[in-house]
Amino acid sequence: MSSVLIVAEHFQGKLNPSSAKCVTCAKSIAGAEIDIVVLAVDAAAVAKEAAALAGVRRVLTLERPENAEALAAVWAPQIAELARNYSHVFGPSTTFGKDLLPRVAALLGVGQISDVMAVESAQRFRRPVYAANAVITVEAPAGNIVVATVRTASYQPAAGGGTASIERAQVNATLPTHTRFVSRSAANADRPDLQTATRVVSGGRALASAENFKLLYGLADALGAAVGASRAAVDAGYAANDLQVGQTGKIIAPELYVALGISGAIQHLTGIKDARTIVAVNKDSEAPIFEVADIGLVGDLFQIVPELERLIRARGG
Amino acid sequence: MSPILVGVKRVIDFSVRVRVKPDGSGVMTDGVKMSINPFDEIALEEALRLKERNLAGEVIAIGIGPGEAQQQLRTALAMGADRAVLVQVDSPVEPLTAAQVFLKLVQKHQPQLVILGKQAIDDDNGQTGQMLAALWDRPQATFASKVEIDGERAQVTREVDAGLETISIDLPAVVTTDLRLNEPRYIKLPDIMKAKKKPLDVIKLSDLGVTPPAQSIRTLKFEPPAARSRGVMVKDAAELVAALKQRGVL
Ligand SMILES: Cc1cc2nc3c(=O)[nH]c(=O)nc-3n(C[C@H](O)[C@H](O)[C@H](O)COP(=O)(O)OP(=O)(O)OC[C@H]3O[C@@H](n4cnc5c(N)ncnc54)[C@H](O)[C@@H]3O)c2cc1C
Ligand SMILES: Nc1ncnc2c1ncn2[C@@H]1O[C@H](COP(=O)(O)O)[C@@H](O)[C@H]1O
Repeated sequence: MSSVLIVAEHFQGKLNPSSAKCVTCAKSIAGAEIDIVVLAVDAAAVAKEAAALAGVRRVLTLERPENAEALAAVWAPQIAELARNYSHVFGPSTTFGKDLLPRVAALLGVGQISDVMAVESAQRFRRPVYAANAVITVEAPAGNIVVATVRTASYQPAAGGGTASIERAQVNATLPTHTRFVSRSAANADRPDLQTATRVVSGGRALASAENFKLLYGLADALGAAVGASRAAVDAGYAANDLQVGQTGKIIAPELYVALGISGAIQHLTGIKDARTIVAVNKDSEAPIFEVADIGLVGDLFQIVPELERLIRARGG
Repeated sequence: MSPILVGVKRVIDFSVRVRVKPDGSGVMTDGVKMSINPFDEIALEEALRLKERNLAGEVIAIGIGPGEAQQQLRTALAMGADRAVLVQVDSPVEPLTAAQVFLKLVQKHQPQLVILGKQAIDDDNGQTGQMLAALWDRPQATFASKVEIDGERAQVTREVDAGLETISIDLPAVVTTDLRLNEPRYIKLPDIMKAKKKPLDVIKLSDLGVTPPAQSIRTLKFEPPAARSRGVMVKDAAELVAALKQRGVL
């Protein structure tokens, strides 16, 4: 019998949708019992949200002042303690989960499976490697706890309507004081979240300046879309780092992805493979982005984008 | 001053379009360009800059891989590493084993900092640094875009999903690099000559007392990813909007 412990990702009293996606992934293990653990100073609001996810058996809370920030060195020993009662420990392959779960795995003395995109059995999983140029099937040894991060772009969030119990958990773990939170800054807090948006408008090096990059925001607003960027646009300072889409940035799966002045390097394409519809605007008809675009338009984005925005606003979005 | 250890993994170059072998046993590597994992170049550059500012001692480049990985370590020496160690293995090791190797070398060299890449672009695991920090029972600062050393501490800015986060850590510690940490330097011809004289030790796992686990995560097969097909081309913005409408997106 499989039992899965999911580590909740949350911020300011709100559960991140990545946790609900982990639940969906865990549900694809036949007969699995699914618990969610919430580490926080005060876990009440998040635990309530987690308990409402359909398919969850129990929500465990670990409340202590040290859990105010998600510091991997502080959280991992507590999760590892709790994990000993489970066959699986899952977290999202967001920066939160990528930072934390390998530390948990090492404390448990086991390897980790990164970016699970499909579950074949309780022990067997599929995951992308080489910037998703290959998909491998891996098997964890029977008897070991399976620690894995879930590729959030591969799963829909679990539905609501669940009625899991909420229980206070106790663990015996000494917590280090060698790591301290200092500050956080969010450049795009007032815009739709790139990881969960159903529409994304992304810009590349072609935008040529931070000033020009703002052109995208008009179109994004007309579409109700989040904004993304290629690595080249981020490196050049046109866009903030958290907007980078790709192998080493965010892997997303929106309904609509609009790539403006992005050539379509492998590393970028890795991030958008699961988008329903890809639109590309590029002045080079040979650009590799057109090999994956559902709708392609060869031309100068500086002419096309304002025109597009006007047409879409005229339609009302 | 205590040294800095840097991970230098030999991987297929980022510009290669990797293809799966027809029999599903792996990916094609014959005649394929190999390089230092790009995140490890960034790690090495950061270590060199700290040394140049007198904030660190020797920079030791460490590779775990086949004999050919000496090429990448020579490149690391040419970039400026003081010496290199290749832990030669016949088949690739998993991140937990790599972390155990780094731990042994940490115990030997007593570094103030170990700088690894946030991920190797072949296996895309992104685990080794965090695992080393756990085994070593020391701080980890992953996805670093800025590292400031201040005596016994470091302040590290991290690239996280929500933006940037800054943490303060006691040293020694593990840092993993993100793309914006620095821009690695180019190698000049005289550096390549100088690198030939620098020490590069080749050792075995058993020399470190590391045995790969009898039970580990096994790769059963490789498959090509589901392909996306080429779509339609439109002439102008109006046609584009019409095509979106037709697909039910608008
Ligand atoms: C380790 C590593 C990790 C990486 N990770 C990522 C990642 O996560 N995400 C990512 O995106 N990249 C990543 N990259 C970088 C990637 O290899 C490419 O360099 C990058 O994606 C290119 O960005 P770009 O398409 O904006 O720029 P370019 O490749 O320079 O393309 C610009 C495009 O704009 C077009 N253009 C120019 N002017 C106009 C105009 N007026 N109108 C219309 N089109 C125009 C050009 O024809 C060209 O196709 C990574 C690279 C490495 C080595
Ligand atoms: N075989 C290896 N040789 C040298 N460094 C490695 C090796 N494996 C992992 N590392 C280091 O750990 C980082 C992350 O690797 P991974 O966890 O495999 O994604 C790499 O960028 C390297 O710095």
